[in-house]
Amino acid sequence: MKPVAITRMTVTSALGAGNETHLQALRDGRSGLAPCRFEDVALTCHVGEVAGVDAIALPSELEDHDCRNHRLAWLGLQQNGFRAAVRAARERHGAQRVAVLLGSSTSGILQTEHAYRRRGPDGALPADFHYAETHNTGSLARFVALALQLDGPQWVVSTACSSSAKVFAAAARLMELGWIDAAVVGGVDSLCLTTLYGFNSLELLSPQICRPWDAGRNGLSLGEAAAFALLERQAPGMPEAQGWLLGTGESSDGFHMSSPLPDGGGAVAAMQQALAGAGLQPGDIDYINLHGTATHNNDAAEDRAVQTVFGPATPCSSTKGATGHTLGAAGGVEAVLSLLALQHGLLPGGLNRLQPDAELHSNYVDQSRAAPLRRVLSNSFGFGGSNASLVFGAA
Amino acid sequence: MATLFVQGIGLCGPGLADWAQGAQVLGGQLGYARTPTAVPPPARLPAAERRRAGAAIKIALAVADEACQRAGIDPALAATVFASSSGDGANCHALCEALAGSDRLVSPTRFTNSVHNAAAGYWHIAVTGRAASTSLCGFDTSFAAGLIEAAGQLHAQPQPVLLVASDTPYPEPLHATRPLPDSLGVALVLQPTGDGAIARLTIAAQAPQASTPCRDTGLETLRQQIPAARALPLLELIARGDEGRVVLDCQTGLSLRVDVRRP
Repeated sequence: MKPVAITRMTVTSALGAGNETHLQALRDGRSGLAPCRFEDVALTCHVGEVAGVDAIALPSELEDHDCRNHRLAWLGLQQNGFRAAVRAARERHGAQRVAVLLGSSTSGILQTEHAYRRRGPDGALPADFHYAETHNTGSLARFVALALQLDGPQWVVSTACSSSAKVFAAAARLMELGWIDAAVVGGVDSLCLTTLYGFNSLELLSPQICRPWDAGRNGLSLGEAAAFALLERQAPGMPEAQGWLLGTGESSDGFHMSSPLPDGGGAVAAMQQALAGAGLQPGDIDYINLHGTATHNNDAAEDRAVQTVFGPATPCSSTKGATGHTLGAAGGVEAVLSLLALQHGLLPGGLNRLQPDAELHSNYVDQSRAAPLRRVLSNSFGFGGSNASLVFGAA
Repeated sequence: MATLFVQGIGLCGPGLADWAQGAQVLGGQLGYARTPTAVPPPARLPAAERRRAGAAIKIALAVADEACQRAGIDPALAATVFASSSGDGANCHALCEALAGSDRLVSPTRFTNSVHNAAAGYWHIAVTGRAASTSLCGFDTSFAAGLIEAAGQLHAQPQPVLLVASDTPYPEPLHATRPLPDSLGVALVLQPTGDGAIARLTIAAQAPQASTPCRDTGLETLRQQIPAARALPLLELIARGDEGRVVLDCQTGLSLRVDVRRP
């Protein structure tokens, strides 16, 4: 594929709001995870909660869209000059030529969970519940398009934990098709009871802080995040690229709804496709940002897939020990972290590993270190056997 | 602008049993009589998945299967785009009720089925399909979004793309906030070239314009009630063997123009 310039990106997670806090946290090996104090959740687990979301007030013209997910989106949009960069892109290309393609797994479902506790005597939901603006899976794209005054193609990709990686591929395709000149991509997912109690029901929620690639890993820690990137076709007057999208790969397992193919076959296909699209060999990749959820089976299958494609040498880590698993936002979060790693020559270490697993053979990096990175591959795999890999290049 | 060739169609909805009968209704040979949607059982699913599949998964798989059979393609080789406004409404309601209760006991199957890409996951399991798959949502304009995404996929990789647009109703109390009266699914097998195609579609984005209504008033009611039924004016043209143009609601600020030609 033709490389696509990324002219602005920003990430907000439990590590803080904006890129600088993330970069510093990665350098310091700091985690944003803490014992769960979210609402009245009675589960023993760690979560990556973003501070201050409850206090966010949306502009009055967007108040019907008010829910935790859109407050988090709004907070994210304010960071790193993202709104100003989009405004400039809109002026350059025209509002209809800028797409809004975002990933989310659960959208504003917390708002619905709350509404179900406030049902009237007739069982009806309260009148202040706005289905289209908060609950509907597509509402995030509508909210962000309104907030940024964009009229290009807009939708939400919702393929569980690969959602916001896949939107990078969708945007690149629309650009190649000639339908758009720029796209706001990324993802937003926020904490809710559905995912906390849901992953708990599947016994995939760790009672401790999650430990990707650890011998005793016993499940994931959930987080929430908003991550955005501005993709642009090269044009006169365009700002300098901060990084490049070089290749994308997508595949399905066709195996099981909540377990990966044990040999990681679907992940292999996604990684190989992303490399082929970028015109690169496995040896050209300097760092792999793993999906690395810290569930036993996921990490084992991904390790086999990485071995198949890359062998044991390529440095890799999961950043979910720092951010938690942000589900539909994870692909976007890890895309921005990969771009920051490229931009600042930082190879991020994976946190919380106490005991390496002798069964896993990848070159897993525990301590962050300075390293001149030219190309990074990021993996995102989701329920339903949905796999996506992205290759990013340094500016 | 992009060109796509329709090679097979699947259809299931109120008074629309399948594409064979539906094409006669949409083509004007049979009068439209609205009856509740009857979804055939998902024969393709392995027994374990068949037990776990809800209404949203069943209707998506039914139309997907019909479109692939009519197109005569190996379903395992098709990339897929699943477009739905609401996913599985009954499943969502059951989860919200459980979470509003005191013990918050959630069924693991219900949680797994709550992902928007549940239908896609079950389909790829049913056909052992390893190709790329996207599930998306654009509220009332999910079908148009799916068509644009399918065009992008066809352009990037010249292999068949199966586009499935389907919606199922919510039970109360969500129904009152999103009143979808019944289930409807549409599936199109789309190809980059015209061999064996039944229609050629040229699609382009344009400034907002009123969307094309269905010719039949009963079908027009349906079109306005169920997001996936936004595809019906396009299917009417194909069923009549006509050439012409339909305008689909894309979203506020954009319409999707579809020119239909015989291949």
